[in-house]
Formats: sequence, structure tokens, C-alpha cells
Amino acid sequence: MTSPVSRGFHRISRPAGADAGKLPPGQHVTGDYPVLSAGPTPHTPLEEWTFAVRQGGTTLRSWTWQELLALPAETITVDIHCVTRWSKLGTVWQGVPVRTLLDQIDHDAQYVLAFSDGGYTTNLPVRDVADGRAWVAFDYDGRPLAPEHGGPARLLVPHLYFWKSAKWVRGLELLDHDQPGFWESYGYHNYGDPWREQRYAGD
Amino acid sequence: MAGTAVRGRLSWQVATVAAVTEETDSVRTIALNLPDWPGHRAGQHLDVRLTAEDGYSAERSYSIASADGEPVAITVERLDNGEVSPYLTQELREGDQMEVRGPIGDWFTWGPHDGGPLLLIAGGSGVVPLRAILRHRKRSGSAVPARLLYSSRSLAEVIYREELNEYRGTAEVRYTLTRSRPPGWGGFSGRVDDTMLARVAWPAAERPLAFICGPTPFVEAVAELLVARHYPASRVKTERFGGA
Repeated sequence: MTSPVSRGFHRISRPAGADAGKLPPGQHVTGDYPVLSAGPTPHTPLEEWTFAVRQGGTTLRSWTWQELLALPAETITVDIHCVTRWSKLGTVWQGVPVRTLLDQIDHDAQYVLAFSDGGYTTNLPVRDVADGRAWVAFDYDGRPLAPEHGGPARLLVPHLYFWKSAKWVRGLELLDHDQPGFWESYGYHNYGDPWREQRYAGD
Repeated sequence: MAGTAVRGRLSWQVATVAAVTEETDSVRTIALNLPDWPGHRAGQHLDVRLTAEDGYSAERSYSIASADGEPVAITVERLDNGEVSPYLTQELREGDQMEVRGPIGDWFTWGPHDGGPLLLIAGGSGVVPLRAILRHRKRSGSAVPARLLYSSRSLAEVIYREELNEYRGTAEVRYTLTRSRPPGWGGFSGRVDDTMLARVAWPAAERPLAFICGPTPFVEAVAELLVARHYPASRVKTERFGGA
């Protein structure tokens, strides 16, 4: 289908030439940092915080806040893409690679379900988090990650739409089968590749 | 409805503007003629795609302003540095075309079976999906008790004022004005705070269902206040407007 012309509509903004190739289809650049979440922002004291890897109801391994911070962290500079159509280019994070955590566990899981304070979950194939493209991030733009943006720690999986980067993350459930998470059960795409514009179920 | 069932792709379809209604100086409602619309539920949103003559296109998401079973309408606020909202609020007129796909989002929705009592809290144009919920409640004849608290900078910026006042027979509608108040103003003043919620929010023991929509700082603040009033997080549904 050819798109009909919207009479009188013109381009006003245009990404700088260098940025043109950085925008997935249907996205536009924002300088702000909008927030998408479904409910109130949880606040867990750091002394009670842990990051747990579980399987079948058993915790295989968990890290306290101090133990997580003691692991080698990476500085990550990435573009992030929200399904609500904003993209933010060149964001800077610090975090521990999920690979570093999973490498300490003997498993043959195919999928993970990330879980968060507040009951939020999101599902990911293991290969998308265990190959160096996913982090547990706790620092944004040189500062501790703010609660409304997912602090104290959130998943950072920048090659997928940003809802996969679960805020307030508290761990991963290892699964041998795929299981939709929160937004994936409310009409959003199961995988969420922005470059294939996988926004909604069926895309 | 849990959306785990396999769904077909939401296709773009051509919408024709059926009517344009000016709501305030910077907000208008756009009624759309969508021959293949599959129907929507109060609180859902849709995607709009505009295409310029040179092929450039821009996409945005907007809350649906109409109730279940009504023709689709969106209500758009002009953001002066925006690309799409100035077009929709100033240039667009009846008979113009755009593309639409939807409806989207199964979380921030309400129907009579979801029960209540309902607490709806709006900041600015965040009232749009809450108006859809109130319209649906009225059209469906639901007896679920409902209260709306609507925070606006001034009375002149209140969207749907006439319609919202009509709901006062069956729902409680309260305004708080944060910047300027007309002489003799008898409603609330200032930002939503705990004192205001003590008067408006249903006690947690009544198991209320809360919907909050507005700019991020507004939603963050109100959601925190409701949690402090012992609303379970799972009964506080939020939708935030980004700055984009």
C-alpha cells in the first residue's frame, strides 16, 4: 500500500547526517529521557538488594549489592530505542556483563525471564544476554541510576526495544522454554528488534 | 485479557479526518473515519503515520479519546517544538488523510468487569485515556463508583470541561489548578498532595483501582502517594507522557 500524502505535512527536524543511519524505522531522536513503566516506582534498600539467578524455584547463585559492584564493570556507550518511538543516541552506562554472571553457573537454559521489584518481567533468549550484549547497569551518565529510570540497577539490552531492559531488575529465571513477560503478555512483541520494527504482537 | 494468544499484525490503514473540535487554545480532538477499525477498549492507544509529499514520514502514538464502540477519536496537545503535534493541531482539517494502526496496549484499560471503585488522576492532557474510561463507564451503564481528580495549570486549559461536568451526576469530578485560579475558585489549588488525596482517594480497604496519566514527574509523585496510602502497586496503573 502506498501511503497517502498528509496534506500540508512537512519535515521540520532532520537528524544530523552522522546520525541518520542510527535511527531504526519509525523512531525519532529525543534529547530528553522519557519514562515508560506500568505502575509505581519501587524502592528497595541496597542492604536488602540481591541479584539472583534461579531455575525451577531454586536459587542457583545470588549476588549482594556489594558483591555485584565488586565484579569487573564495563562502560557502555549505546543508542537506546523505546517502543514509544523515541531514541536516545550515545547514552553512557556502567554495568556488569550478564555473561560474567551466567559464566559462574552451569546451565543449559535456552531462555531467561528477567524479574524485577514490582512484579515486572520480560523474556529474552539466552543467546541475547550471554554473548556480551547485555549488562546489569547501575550507573547512567556518570551518576547512580535514578529510581524512576530503574535504579538501583536495571538490565541493559540495547539491541532490543528498551522495555527488554528491565528496570529494578532483581534476577533471571532460567528456562528451557520461552515464556512471555509483562509487556509481551499485553500486546507487545515477543522479541522486540527495533531494526525489524517488532513493536507489537504479530509485527 | 492476557494477550498470549497469537495475533495478526496490526496493519496500517488510511484514516480520513471526519471532524475537528477545538478543546482549548492548544488542544484539539480529531475524529477519524476508519472503515476497517477492529474496535478498541477504553484506555488503549494507536499509532499515527504522517507522510509528506517528498516521502518523509513521521510516526507518533496517541491515546484514544473515545469509548469502546464509538468511532475513533484522538485528542492532541500542541508541543511548540514538535513536528507532528503542531501539524495536527493547526494545519489538519476535515477530509485530510493519515495512516493509523491499532489499537495498542492491553494494560492501561478499563471495562465494567474490571470493577473498582475507580480513582482516575489526570495531569494535563493525561486526561485523554481517562475520559475514554469515563465515557465507557457511562455508555455501558456501569454502577462502579468513580472519582476523577484532574490537575490543570488553569481552568481555561481544562480539556473536556463541559463533558466532565456532565458526569457529576454519577461520578465525582474534582479539579486542582496549579498556576492560576479564577476569582472565587472553590476547587483545589496547587499540585496533587497527600492532603488532597486524603479527601479524594478511596480508602485502600475498599480495594480501589487507580489509573494515573500525565507527565512523568506528576505520575511518579501521585503513584508514590497512593502506595504510601497502602494502595497495592498492582492496583495502580500508570501511563506517562515523555518529553518527546
